[in-house]
Amino acid sequence: MSAIYRRRYATNIIALTLSGIATLIGLTFLAWILWITISRGISAVGVPLFTKITAYADQGGLANAIVGSMLIDLMAILICAPIGVLAGTYLAEYARRTKLGSVIRFLNDILLSAPSIVLGLFVYVIVVLPMTSITNGSVSFSAFAGAVALALIGLPVIVRTTDEMLQLVPGTLREAALSLGIPQWKLTVQVLMRASGSGIATGVLLALARLAGETAPLLFTAFGNNYMAYGLLDKMASLPVSIYQYTNDPNPAMHAIAWAGALLITLFVLALSLLTRLFFARKKVNHD
Amino acid sequence: MTSFAATPPTTADAQTTTASRTRIQVRGLDFHYNGFHALKQISMDIPERKVTAIIGPSGCGKSTLLRVFNRIYAIYPGQVASGDVLLDGENILDPRYSMNRLRSKVGMVFQKPVPFPMTIYENIAYGIRHHEKLKRKQMEERVEEALRSAALWDEVKDKLKQSALGLSGGQQQRLCIARGIALKPEVLLLDEPTSALDPIATGRIEQLIEELKKTFTIVIVTHNMQQAARVSDHTAFMYMGELIEFGDTEKIFTKPDKKQTEDYITGRFG
Repeated sequence: MSAIYRRRYATNIIALTLSGIATLIGLTFLAWILWITISRGISAVGVPLFTKITAYADQGGLANAIVGSMLIDLMAILICAPIGVLAGTYLAEYARRTKLGSVIRFLNDILLSAPSIVLGLFVYVIVVLPMTSITNGSVSFSAFAGAVALALIGLPVIVRTTDEMLQLVPGTLREAALSLGIPQWKLTVQVLMRASGSGIATGVLLALARLAGETAPLLFTAFGNNYMAYGLLDKMASLPVSIYQYTNDPNPAMHAIAWAGALLITLFVLALSLLTRLFFARKKVNHD
Repeated sequence: MTSFAATPPTTADAQTTTASRTRIQVRGLDFHYNGFHALKQISMDIPERKVTAIIGPSGCGKSTLLRVFNRIYAIYPGQVASGDVLLDGENILDPRYSMNRLRSKVGMVFQKPVPFPMTIYENIAYGIRHHEKLKRKQMEERVEEALRSAALWDEVKDKLKQSALGLSGGQQQRLCIARGIALKPEVLLLDEPTSALDPIATGRIEQLIEELKKTFTIVIVTHNMQQAARVSDHTAFMYMGELIEFGDTEKIFTKPDKKQTEDYITGRFG
């Protein structure tokens, strides 16, 4: 083996080892997190977790937080998905190379990295305070306000993935449709959305996974509630906020419930990611 | 047989040599994008129901010229064509000329096959539906007719409801041709239609072109000179945005008038 080959061989070994170690570190922490969540939370997982509410903490239930999270998250995604997909479409299809487009893209990236507590406070000021004064205090913190705050977390994720997914569609597909006389709006809705549909849906699900785990935006908006609530304008419990409250409790039994809540969120996000992969990976075959 | 005059660009100079009618008349066509002068005073007559090949080295403007014929260039800001391109006596560069009408008259097939992410049937029906309102039965007939004309029917008739993305590259390209001719255009533009295909698929497309010229006026841009020689009746040679020579394919490939053409044909540059 000549010198140059030996050197390449050595370089390869070093690069492979370093990147292998880096991957291993990442995976170790992931496994560790999963292990701790499961080992600490599993003892509190049982039927009461899903049937009892937090008002009677000794019964070990998170039912109202689970229902609250589902309602708030669903509402949040219903608010941010249409806006995000439309905005992303605008960026990719109508403002791709324009100055306005790059400014919006930049602002969207700022929103993407904005501290979530700031978004919570923002919604407190623009939704919670006005509601309180309009209704003379009968409505203040609400599930709706919480959903708006979480929507602000999900929105930039959806805008960005939609924009990127549409940009990935080859330009020739656009030209092919336009050369048949198809107008731009039909092309966008009927051809491009279909071509990048799975990518856009993945973005929406990722946004859901992202906002489902947020605590800070909910503290000053949905606030929390120890009882079951279903109303849009009610204070509402959520898993992240309940976890936060329970971990501050001196009673160790409460900690276990908090861990169980953490486990639920983790499993939900994990399931969401797996689902997206299983569901949408299959549709991509044959695409070139 | 004399060649088609390429320059200077006056009406009197652009003459046809064949008995065939002229389908597209190009007069003094200039094309600019972002300050670059990509086509310089092009004048030529493209005859009806013949295959006209445009050849030349990369960057000579042959694709640009093709893209003027259906104004697909107009989707990109900063691209401007000036001069006259007459289709049936009407200037298609006139902003009042309806894009919808132009694109139903002039179909285009691209270098890489780009089927829509729909079923095979829908790929054909989609374009038709935009221009015509047809009953289900009529639509089925139109789709079948288009697929037959593109020599694809026998291969796909049992899987019309399957995704077009599952077809092979050659089949996809014939599907794109079918999609274009389904609108019953007068002119079919082919932009290097076989450069992404293997030799067998290429052979089938070339056979198909031979068949299609009975109905359509075909303009094909190709990198492959053997292909131009095989499939075309007339050949235009372009270089640096200018139309150097335009004439019967046989003449262009055997005894061209211009030195530049000969050098290119014989592989001395390009």
